[in-house]
Amino acid sequence: MARFVTRRLITMVLMILAISVVTFLLFIVALPGGNPAALIAGRLATPAEVHLISVRYGFDKPIWVQYIKTMGNIFSGSAYSYSQGYNVLKQIGKGLPATVSLALGAGIFWLLASIALGTLAAVRSGKYTDRVLTVLSMVGVSMPPFLLGAVIIYYVGYKLNLLPLSGYVQFGTSPWQWFKHLIGPWFTLSVLFIGFYSRVLRSSILDTMSEDYVRTARAKGLSERRVLVKHILRMSLLPIISLWGLDMAQVIGGGAILTETIYSLHGVGQLAAMAIGNFDTVTLLCIVMLTAFCVVVMSALIDVLYAVLDPRIRL
Amino acid sequence: MTAIKSEILFDESPRDPEGGQDLPPGIGIYALAWKRLRRNRVAMFFGIVFILLVVLCLLAPVYSQDVAHIGPNTENLTGQIRVGGKLEYVLSLQDVPIGPTWNIHHYFLGADESGRDLAVRLLYGGRASLEIGLVAMLITMIFGTMLGVISGYFRGFADGLISRTMDVIWSYPAVLLGITLNTVIIVNGLGPLHSTTLLSTAIVVGFVYIPYIVRPVRAQVLTLREREFVDAARQQGLSHTRIMFGELLPNLSSTVVVFIPLMLANSIILEAALSYLGAGVQAPNSSWGTMIQSGLQNFPGGFNTVLVPGIMLVLTVMSVNILGDGLRDALDPRSKVKV
Repeated sequence: MARFVTRRLITMVLMILAISVVTFLLFIVALPGGNPAALIAGRLATPAEVHLISVRYGFDKPIWVQYIKTMGNIFSGSAYSYSQGYNVLKQIGKGLPATVSLALGAGIFWLLASIALGTLAAVRSGKYTDRVLTVLSMVGVSMPPFLLGAVIIYYVGYKLNLLPLSGYVQFGTSPWQWFKHLIGPWFTLSVLFIGFYSRVLRSSILDTMSEDYVRTARAKGLSERRVLVKHILRMSLLPIISLWGLDMAQVIGGGAILTETIYSLHGVGQLAAMAIGNFDTVTLLCIVMLTAFCVVVMSALIDVLYAVLDPRIRL
Repeated sequence: MTAIKSEILFDESPRDPEGGQDLPPGIGIYALAWKRLRRNRVAMFFGIVFILLVVLCLLAPVYSQDVAHIGPNTENLTGQIRVGGKLEYVLSLQDVPIGPTWNIHHYFLGADESGRDLAVRLLYGGRASLEIGLVAMLITMIFGTMLGVISGYFRGFADGLISRTMDVIWSYPAVLLGITLNTVIIVNGLGPLHSTTLLSTAIVVGFVYIPYIVRPVRAQVLTLREREFVDAARQQGLSHTRIMFGELLPNLSSTVVVFIPLMLANSIILEAALSYLGAGVQAPNSSWGTMIQSGLQNFPGGFNTVLVPGIMLVLTVMSVNILGDGLRDALDPRSKVKV
């Protein structure tokens, strides 16, 4: 067990290293087209000014020196955006409450909803309910969040005046307003996941149903409800939980760009979208790395958790 | 990853009623899948819907020239049209575009914020969305399959390199990676790729999804390569290339085919998402994504301009998804957890 965990953790650290290098090359070297100094200096700068900036920011140094310096800046919390001038980590910190509120609320909602709908579809497999749920889940996975968000904002927010149009209110300011502002985003973000998860859970349950131990449980005379909850669901939920962990990691790391942008929540995802518009490479670098780190750490955690639960995986 | 079984039970092949000596003629997996798919009425219905949508979008120039008599980029800021006997402005005095006239000859679905015919733009935009989706899907499928086969067949170093690279790509959220890569191309260009081609978006979208194919293909190659027919091929002295493409690939086809509609749907959605964020298709080209994006600019006025391309987008993606779901059931009825 200890060996498995150590090996998994080493892979995780190597992955983080690889991601930081790839992201650095992508954003700092490729995105500004080879000369970030020209981008900072602006269109009217003379070559001498560009050179000055390039020396000041260290763009004239070899790439690996720049890499180490940039990473040092990020991890010591002193990375500044070239074009906007703010401290990137502080800016991300400002966006985190909105993003975490969005992720937690939506995450709980989509997990519970997909467990309920997936189980229902599996129990009624082949019947009318199952078919309706299948088509509904197809609509869900085919619905881009920004479109669903726009439709909800227009009809529920603007026409019916039931929900605020957009924006985020701090929980501390007014819990009720916080909740009202987040209902739309929670629902919008969840729909796609509910469609996908409930399908996965449905087929996972159907697979488990034909296992021997389920037949044994039935043969023992357990009630159908008990068989379903204690024997089938417990096993079938494993793939769902691991998917959920990875998706939550992405959303917390700013992956819900579309939902955050359409509702203008000013979270981490929207910061990333705005950074793209401004060619704000340092901010992008930090956010993309944050997201990727969240995913890598979460996937390592899930693997370890699986190994704890199922001894066959510890190779 | 659960290994996906590729053998099909021949439970539906015709049996000799006499229980005679001759075995019934074998029926290919695709013929069998087609038989199963045909029985799935929902999938067939949406398959036909999808084909109709594609044909409609391909007919965009015909509609534009011969029916609506207006180009996709023809602006009409001050014009008036006759609706139900009285003249109406295409753009009202408050700049709100006209809604659907339901008159096939002009502004069938209304106008956009510059007075352009929404129905004409919808068809042209659909062409762009479908073209990008198709090219991106082909890129994903071809490279994903190749990398998956190489990775599973050679194992060892090649596998480590490919799998870890895929892990890295997988760690980025698809939308975030997509907008970044495409912004690089839009701003700096990359060889023949620049902002005015649809190809750059297609390549980026295709690239982002490659790991989704590599993993399942690799998993299946890992089990296939231990089978007798691969051993036999190796004993005969066939080259690695011939074993991979002549022996393994045909056995992978059903796994790969299952992913085609899924990837097409995902690619169309990702293209729309990139275009919505302004990092996808660039003017003067337009796609459903850019139409939604420009429709949202004057929100809440003229919500029609968001709804029309939106409904088209969802309808298209949904029919591909439902068709794909049916295809998966037909090709691989015993597959394990479906993703």
